[in-house]
Amino acid sequence: MPAEYTERSLLRYTEKVLELFRNPKNMGEMKDPTVVAVEGDPQCGDMFKMFLRIENNKIVDAKFLSFGCAANIATGSMTTELIKGKSVEEAEKLTIKQITDALGGLPALKMHCAVLAYKTLKKALQEYRAKSGGASA
Amino acid sequence: MKAYLDCGSTTWTHPQVVQEMRKYMEEDFGHPIFLYELGTRAAAAVDRAREVIAHSIGGKPEEIVFTSGATEANDIALRGVAYANRNRGRHIITTKVENPSVLRVCERLEKEGFKVDYLPVDSEGFVDPKTVEEKLTNETILVSIGNVNDEIGTIQNVEEIVKIVKERNQHTYFHVNAAAGYARVPIDVGHMGVDLLSISAHKIHGPKGAGALYVREGTRIEPIDYGYISLSALRPGTENIPGIMGFAKAVELAFDHFDAHIAHMRKLQARLMQGIEDKIPHVVLHGPRGEKRSPANVNYSFKGIEGESILLRLDMHGIAVATGSACSTRKLEPSHVLSAIGVKPEIAHGAIRFTFTWLTEEKEIDHALEVLPRVIEDLRRISPIKPEEM
Repeated sequence: MPAEYTERSLLRYTEKVLELFRNPKNMGEMKDPTVVAVEGDPQCGDMFKMFLRIENNKIVDAKFLSFGCAANIATGSMTTELIKGKSVEEAEKLTIKQITDALGGLPALKMHCAVLAYKTLKKALQEYRAKSGGASA
Repeated sequence: MKAYLDCGSTTWTHPQVVQEMRKYMEEDFGHPIFLYELGTRAAAAVDRAREVIAHSIGGKPEEIVFTSGATEANDIALRGVAYANRNRGRHIITTKVENPSVLRVCERLEKEGFKVDYLPVDSEGFVDPKTVEEKLTNETILVSIGNVNDEIGTIQNVEEIVKIVKERNQHTYFHVNAAAGYARVPIDVGHMGVDLLSISAHKIHGPKGAGALYVREGTRIEPIDYGYISLSALRPGTENIPGIMGFAKAVELAFDHFDAHIAHMRKLQARLMQGIEDKIPHVVLHGPRGEKRSPANVNYSFKGIEGESILLRLDMHGIAVATGSACSTRKLEPSHVLSAIGVKPEIAHGAIRFTFTWLTEEKEIDHALEVLPRVIEDLRRISPIKPEEM
C-alpha cells in the first residue's frame, strides 16, 4: 500500500522542536556582527537571517531572525546553539543531520525549513572566509 | 481561558447530540431494514431524522441521502451525476475556490475523459455569473459551486447563477457544497433552484462521520459505490444510525432560534474584526465585508510573519485557529483560495482564519483579542521582514 494512504501526523513536531519554538534561543538582531547572511524568499514561505560575531576564529555569538514556521525557528535556535563557542572550522563541519538529530527529527515535509537555516549558516561562514581572506586551515 | 475559533474545521459535539447518539448505540441499535421491533424503531428514527434535515434546507424527506459527510456527498453528487449523464455531455463547470472534496473529484473526472472548467473569482471570492454563462454549452451536464467559501466566507450569489444555468440548459444539474454555509446562512433548495446540495454534521456540533446529500426528485444520478442496499441504493451499506440521529439532533439545535444565532455570530464577527483592525497594524482582510460574508468567518493576513508560527503561539494560550500558510499544508503551497483571489504568496503565508458558531462565547473572542496583538508583535520582532515594506 502506498505510504500516502496510511501516513499520519505528517506535520507533527517533536517535543524538542516545540520547546525551541516556544522558547527560542538566540533570536533577535545583533549589533555589530562580524558577518550577516540572508537566505530564502518570503514568496516561498520563509526567509532566514543569521548574524555571527567571530573573534580569533571563534564564534562568540550567533543570532537569527526568521520569517518562518515552527520548524524554521526551532532549527535556527538549534543551529545557533550548536555553533556558539565553536571554532569556524568546527562550525563548517556541522551537518544538517547533526542539527535535525539534535531536534529529535523533523517531519519530512519540514526538512526544507531546516535546510534554510543550515544554508544561511554556510553562507555566513563563506562570507567570513572571504572577508578574512583565509580558506579553511 | 480557552478560545476555540476553528469551527470551520470542526466543532465539539453538543452534549444533547451525544446523549441522542448513545440511545442508538445502546438501546435502539437495530438494522433499519428488518421487521422485528428493533429494526422498525431504527427505521422510524431515520425517517424522523430525514424529515428534520430535509426541513432545514427546504427539501422533501425522500430527497435526503445519508453519507459519511460532505466529502462523500460531494463525491456522489459529482461522479454520480457525471456517470449517469455522460451520454448527454461530458462538460462540468466549477470554480477555483471550491473545497478539495470537489476539486479532487473534478480532477479525477478529467482523467476519465470529462472536461472541467474551473472559473476564476474576483478579489473578494465572487464568481461573476457572466463567466458561467460564457462557459455553458449544450454539453454541460453539471455546475458545482459552493454557496459559502470555507476559507474566506464569501457568500456566492447561487440563485442568480442557477437561473442563468437553467435558462441556458434545463438539463444541466446544479450542485452546491454547502458544508461551510450550513446553519450559517439561510438555505432553501427550492428558492435557490439547486438539484444537489451537500451538508455535514460535524461543523454544526453534530458528530463526525455523518452528512447528507440532497438530491432533487427526478435527478439523473447513479451510485459510485456498490454493495448491500439498506435504505438507499445510491449509498449502499448499513446506515450510521447513531451518526444520523446525532446529526438530526444537531440540526434541531442549530435551527431553533436560527435568526438569533445569526445575530450572535454577526456580533462576534464585528467585535473580532473591529478589535483586530484597531489593535494590530499591517493587516489585510481576505474576503468581503458586510452581508456578503458568512457571519461565522473572519480571515486576516498579518504581514511580515508566518501563519504556522502564529497558530502555534496562539495555541500556547489555548486559542485554536486555522492558517492559509503553505507551511501548514502537505504541498507547501499557499491556500488555493487566497491564490485565486490574487493574494501574493508572502501575504498568504501570514493568513489566519477565525471561525465560530452560535455557541461561541463573546469572552472567547475577547481572549483572542487580548493575546493576538502580543503574539503578532513578538513574531514581528523576530522577523527579518518589515511589514510596512510588504
